[in-house]
Amino acid sequence: MTGNKVHKGNDSLIFNGINTLLMCAVIFVVIYPIYYMVIVSVSSADAVMAGRVRFFPSGFHLDVYKQFLTDGYFLKTYKNTAIITLLGTSINIVMTIICAYPLSRRDFYGRGIITAFITFTMFFSGGMIPNYLLINQLKLLNTYWAVVLPGAVNVFNMIIMRTSFQGLPEELTESAYIDGANDLQLLYKVVLPLSKPIIATMVLFYAVAHWNGYVHAMFYFTDKNLYPVQLYLRSLVLSGMTESATLNMEMAAGVGGIAQRSIQYGMIIVSALPILVIYPFISRYFEKGVMVGALKG
Amino acid sequence: MKVMTDAKKKKRWPQIRRRLYRNRYLYLLIAVPIVYFIIFKYLPMYGVVIAFENFKIRRGIFGSEWVGFSHFKEYLFDPAFWKLVRNTLLLSFWQILIAFPLPVIFALLVNELPNRRFAGLVQNVSFLPHFISVVVVVSMLTMFCSRDGIINDLIAFLGGTRTSFLIESKYFRFLYVASEVWQNTGWSAIIYIAALSNVNMELYEAAKIDGAGRFRQILNISLPCILPTIVTMLILNTGQMMNVSFDKVLLMQNAATYEVSDIISTYVYRRGLEGAQYSYAAAIDLFSSVINLTMLCITNAVSKKLGQDGLW
Repeated sequence: MTGNKVHKGNDSLIFNGINTLLMCAVIFVVIYPIYYMVIVSVSSADAVMAGRVRFFPSGFHLDVYKQFLTDGYFLKTYKNTAIITLLGTSINIVMTIICAYPLSRRDFYGRGIITAFITFTMFFSGGMIPNYLLINQLKLLNTYWAVVLPGAVNVFNMIIMRTSFQGLPEELTESAYIDGANDLQLLYKVVLPLSKPIIATMVLFYAVAHWNGYVHAMFYFTDKNLYPVQLYLRSLVLSGMTESATLNMEMAAGVGGIAQRSIQYGMIIVSALPILVIYPFISRYFEKGVMVGALKG
Repeated sequence: MKVMTDAKKKKRWPQIRRRLYRNRYLYLLIAVPIVYFIIFKYLPMYGVVIAFENFKIRRGIFGSEWVGFSHFKEYLFDPAFWKLVRNTLLLSFWQILIAFPLPVIFALLVNELPNRRFAGLVQNVSFLPHFISVVVVVSMLTMFCSRDGIINDLIAFLGGTRTSFLIESKYFRFLYVASEVWQNTGWSAIIYIAALSNVNMELYEAAKIDGAGRFRQILNISLPCILPTIVTMLILNTGQMMNVSFDKVLLMQNAATYEVSDIISTYVYRRGLEGAQYSYAAAIDLFSSVINLTMLCITNAVSKKLGQDGLW
């Protein structure tokens, strides 16, 4: 979609050269920090301390990651994040579809006022304190629901989905009606099968948001057994103390030839792992700009 | 306004009823999200009345003492007030000044790349940081900027002295904006790249025949063609100036940098949720929400006046 112009001439040659170099620098700036963390996490303590790890690992070992696998509290936070992501994304997708579909129908009486009712919440909200008091009143503190319910529908995503539904040919609705289908059958048998790409995009957006989120968990969980992995990372790197006694002691003693920095970098990598692993396979779809099409709509 | 005669009204009602009946399942579907929005969005909006009370959890919203605007008055005379507003606005200001133009430049440069596959690669790589969590990004920042981190290693190697960047307030805004640039430049460029792909190729051909070089083509064709998009995005960003990313600032700040890093939302969090001063914190929050909404309305109106797309 880009760079499809053919330029000729001397100034173009210089321009292209500088531009290409600049873009290589961009790639380096994005990739190197992540790569650097990986190589530090798998290098020996001596090499890390001596500052010998710059571009290649030195004294390769996987002890850091082995240690995570035996750290009960870490595994618990990882499981919590997985539950929140799975539960949250399922709720998000169902709610977003049943909200977007009626609003996408031109013959839906009252859709203007309902749309206004919903979009208003994008621009004004009760704020942090009333939200907290609500969750408290509903007795949802220290339950997974407190994290997955308040954001059940992201209005922005809902609008993207509605716009996508509107793009389906209207004759489909008409012919389905003539065949005697009702709206539920229409949604289930016609609209959803045709909307797989947008649903996949939404799954991705919601799942990433749940995986990365920490604010709701920080607000609504006082029970540290419910903490997601992001909060564990926060305590490990940003406040320098952990809930996990074993890891704490080992970090203090520097047991087993692991530098503290290696553990912290390893933890950062592990927290972002699903995203780093999946990203190369899905990134090419973004180029097409699913979002942008919807933004204009 | 159309004035309907009685006869017309009578004729219309069965028609509406028929439509309501035909779409009954649609109403059934949308009922669930509507209940959700009422409970989780509109109830808290009603909950802002605690900003006008001395709210006690035990006595509830209806039982607490009504104090009118006294929390708002207290806030306006709070020594923290100007500091918070200034910190919030300055952070936004630097953000817009630095992090706003970069995606435009990036998009223009990507668009000029001669090799399509390479352009795709650059784009894909540049989106990656957007999907990484803010906890991870701030953790990286903290580790890299620590005294024995890689940035200080580089500074020491070049002959400088090591500095603890994160506990010195003068670096806070720079680090905030720099990490924002790293995380979101590629992603924000999407909209400009899409706009550039719609530019008519004949314009470039014509310019080339007229002897325009690459820079001239960028300045005189590409840039003007995406200017409407740029203006719209700039207006939207300006309307959001009071909304600084709470999640990130909270992670980045520490007591040593409160002087510059404390913003309205982090203050609300500390006073309200950590300090349990619900009413006062809610008043501060409401105050900025109202300002936000006003600014959004103004910028939206400006946007429409300039002939751009508004939000509504």
